[in-house]
Amino acid sequence: MALIEYLNSVQKIISDSKRVLTEKVDLYSYSFDASFGKYLPDLVVQPKSVQEVAELMKLANRYEIPIYPRGQGTSLSGGPLPVKGGIVLDLSQWDTKLDIDAEDMVAVVSPGVLTADINHAAMEKGFIYPPDPSSSNVSTIGGNLAENSGGPRGLKYGVTKDYVIGLEVVTPEGEIIRTGGRTVKNVTGYDLTKLMVGSEGTLGIITEAILRLYPKPQATRTLMAIFDDIVDSGKAITSILGSGILPSKLEMMDNASIRAVEAYEPLGLPVEAEALILIELDGHPAAIDDEITQVHDVCTAADAKEVKVAQDDKEASGLWKARKLVSPAIVREKPTKISEDATVPRSKIPEMFQRLKEIKERYEIDLVVFGHAGDGNLHPNIIADKRNQEEMRRVEQAVEEIFKAAIELGGTLSGEHGIGTLKAPFMEMELGEVGLDMMKRIKQSWDPKNILNPGKIFAEPGQKLVLTDD
Amino acid sequence: MTKAELAYEETVDCVQCGYCLPACPTYLTMEKETHSPRGRINLVKMAAEGKITYSELEGPINLCLGCRACEVVCPTNVQYGTILESAKEVLRENQKRTSTFQAFIFENVLPNQTYMLAARASLSVYQQFGMQKIARATKALQWLPENVRSFESILPKTDKRTRRKKYSPEQEPIFKVGFFTGCVMDVMFSEINKKSIKLLQAAGCEVTVIKEQTCCGALQNHAGESNITKELARKNIAAFEKYDFDYIVNSIGGCGAMLVEYDRLFTDEEDWKKRAHEFVRKTVDISVILTQLKLPFQKEISKVVTYQPSCHLSNVQKRVEEPVNLLTSIPGIQYIPLPHKELCCGSAGIYNIVNYDASMQILDKKMGHVNQLTLRPEIMVATNPGCHLQLKLGVVREGLGEQMKVVHLVELLAEACALESDAKI
Repeated sequence: MALIEYLNSVQKIISDSKRVLTEKVDLYSYSFDASFGKYLPDLVVQPKSVQEVAELMKLANRYEIPIYPRGQGTSLSGGPLPVKGGIVLDLSQWDTKLDIDAEDMVAVVSPGVLTADINHAAMEKGFIYPPDPSSSNVSTIGGNLAENSGGPRGLKYGVTKDYVIGLEVVTPEGEIIRTGGRTVKNVTGYDLTKLMVGSEGTLGIITEAILRLYPKPQATRTLMAIFDDIVDSGKAITSILGSGILPSKLEMMDNASIRAVEAYEPLGLPVEAEALILIELDGHPAAIDDEITQVHDVCTAADAKEVKVAQDDKEASGLWKARKLVSPAIVREKPTKISEDATVPRSKIPEMFQRLKEIKERYEIDLVVFGHAGDGNLHPNIIADKRNQEEMRRVEQAVEEIFKAAIELGGTLSGEHGIGTLKAPFMEMELGEVGLDMMKRIKQSWDPKNILNPGKIFAEPGQKLVLTDD
Repeated sequence: MTKAELAYEETVDCVQCGYCLPACPTYLTMEKETHSPRGRINLVKMAAEGKITYSELEGPINLCLGCRACEVVCPTNVQYGTILESAKEVLRENQKRTSTFQAFIFENVLPNQTYMLAARASLSVYQQFGMQKIARATKALQWLPENVRSFESILPKTDKRTRRKKYSPEQEPIFKVGFFTGCVMDVMFSEINKKSIKLLQAAGCEVTVIKEQTCCGALQNHAGESNITKELARKNIAAFEKYDFDYIVNSIGGCGAMLVEYDRLFTDEEDWKKRAHEFVRKTVDISVILTQLKLPFQKEISKVVTYQPSCHLSNVQKRVEEPVNLLTSIPGIQYIPLPHKELCCGSAGIYNIVNYDASMQILDKKMGHVNQLTLRPEIMVATNPGCHLQLKLGVVREGLGEQMKVVHLVELLAEACALESDAKI
């Protein structure tokens, strides 16, 4: 009943009926993201102004109907899933503002702007927007802000939160506030900007963001080093970073991913090698020419079996191809890919590798490891078939073990994918009872009726990890 | 005859990452997940699981262009084409034949040379006797629905269709080529077929046009008529395998895509699968052969040229470089790449007639990209008759009729080689 009244009121707020979706096929189309689970919303609304969002939020408050902000649904943790029914707020079509201010070195953007488009627009004026999640051609900045996304460049440049200096937010009660501003320095009161970033849409709806830009590096160089022993590759990584060089990207692939890629498309990778690392340096051409030689020498000293330095951009993209092909290569045998992002301190990378190997054997799962080795954000990927229930139970147990291992080694549940529905049951393990309670108190004071993205971050009593859609 | 089934297993391969969204023209114009590849795959899955009905599935499936740009960007190789075709087939089977006219065209007119000849005859009579002018001047065609009317004004001048015979080069032939004419192409754009043959001949090929060939079956297949498609495929395979051709060549992006997927039609018929495989192995777009050979360019074409690739040539036949390499090899040409050229123009077989409004939205987006170019192209190149007509319409809609010409790649090459089609062909 409340919903019908609400629908009438929604139609008054959103004059364009095309932006209010009620048909079954539409509801099914917004029932999922890139993680697991399917939940039908009652309604999908596509707002395009802060006034529309504020009015919708006020109505939701009056009728106590849950609201779930959503970008383009690339979340790997269940962020936008409408787990308790209600309204999905599709913000992906609101991409009207993308202003680059060269003088202040900031970008001011609407929530639906694609992350890669911000970087492209910045580059035209001689800047970059560094956060580069691998989905940046698809993901919206609103989603990146909600999840505090990272990416390969995180090692040198940090993650989304390091670039956000101001926000416009609609509160769960439908008020419009502004946090931070256009200055790098700003210590006026609590840092609500940083609180909002990574809050997974549970505290407010971001309707505009002011993002810092960096000067565009003049050049890049790429190097690939191949190791017979995975521990040697870990040592090489530590030595490179210890020698005062900060690569813009430092990615690694384990033996299973090398084999998968070679079987998928022969690139001439050595299938017996235990690990390979790919390094990209950026900066002044003279400086990185010097640094690439140093990196080469460090890798050789760490017993690299082979070191290849790309001589031009074409050779560089040839080397990166190996990394790009990992995803299509590993899903050839079985379709379900569980991409984990548990992260450990850099010094614990070799130990984490050992733990992953044990988990792989204990639960007899197909596990490959590739990812952002430079910042300890390894991506152990489990390949399975979600139709095989017995296998999925083993996978669920293995995933739990991975979380435990990461936390025991002083790391974290999630480096960049977010908690969402998927990792909620493990929050207390990392934060402790009081730590988690402090977070719940924040949520309670911001959203007393618990209508903004309910069911995320905080587990329901008895909630367990589930990696199936049913 | 087995009952059509949704390709459920293939839908499970989709990890729902969403990388296909920015590549999908209908997601960009219709602005909702329901009309995206990921959304459609999910809906096919939901229909297979009985969560939505076939009639609910119909809208999103019918509004898919079938351009298959999503397959190219998919990081996990989901077979979208197979999923789409299965859905069309199931929908076709479950729907009462609402459009008997369409069924009649698919089953009888396109594959039938007599009907097509009659169509050509009426088209040329209409044009030659000035009826087109009269009709246009008096707006006699106003009573036609807008979708048909729009195309009336841009129909090409038809000519005598290709005669069945062998065309030999001056020297010992480098390749023996069987030329695939295509049914619509042979009527609407017979000039292009003639020029294709001349080019192949000039580049050193012996070209044979065999009578036994028939329609490729693409339009039928896109409408879910898999049995008719298979029948046509069998006819073509049987026709061409009787000859000793090195290659089976066509100049039609869309037909070529159907031809190179003939083997996928016969998953459970070993013998036909094998024969289809051999047919597929020999089938190539004309741009592939011509890039391997030397073209006798005679004159410079000092024009600014852009190119809108045929989706089926790029995404299904996977020929992206060849047409561009040929284009840029023409002396005097200034080639400027069209931004977002990987997005479909909205032609998509008969999509622009049955889904006219949706198609025009996509076309307007395409023309918006043309207008973004800092230098205005004098020529826009196409590699498929459907795109050719659609782009012509786009040029007219933008009021650029006088400034921008739409031509097939073959026409431009023939001009640069000073090959006029003459009565001999």
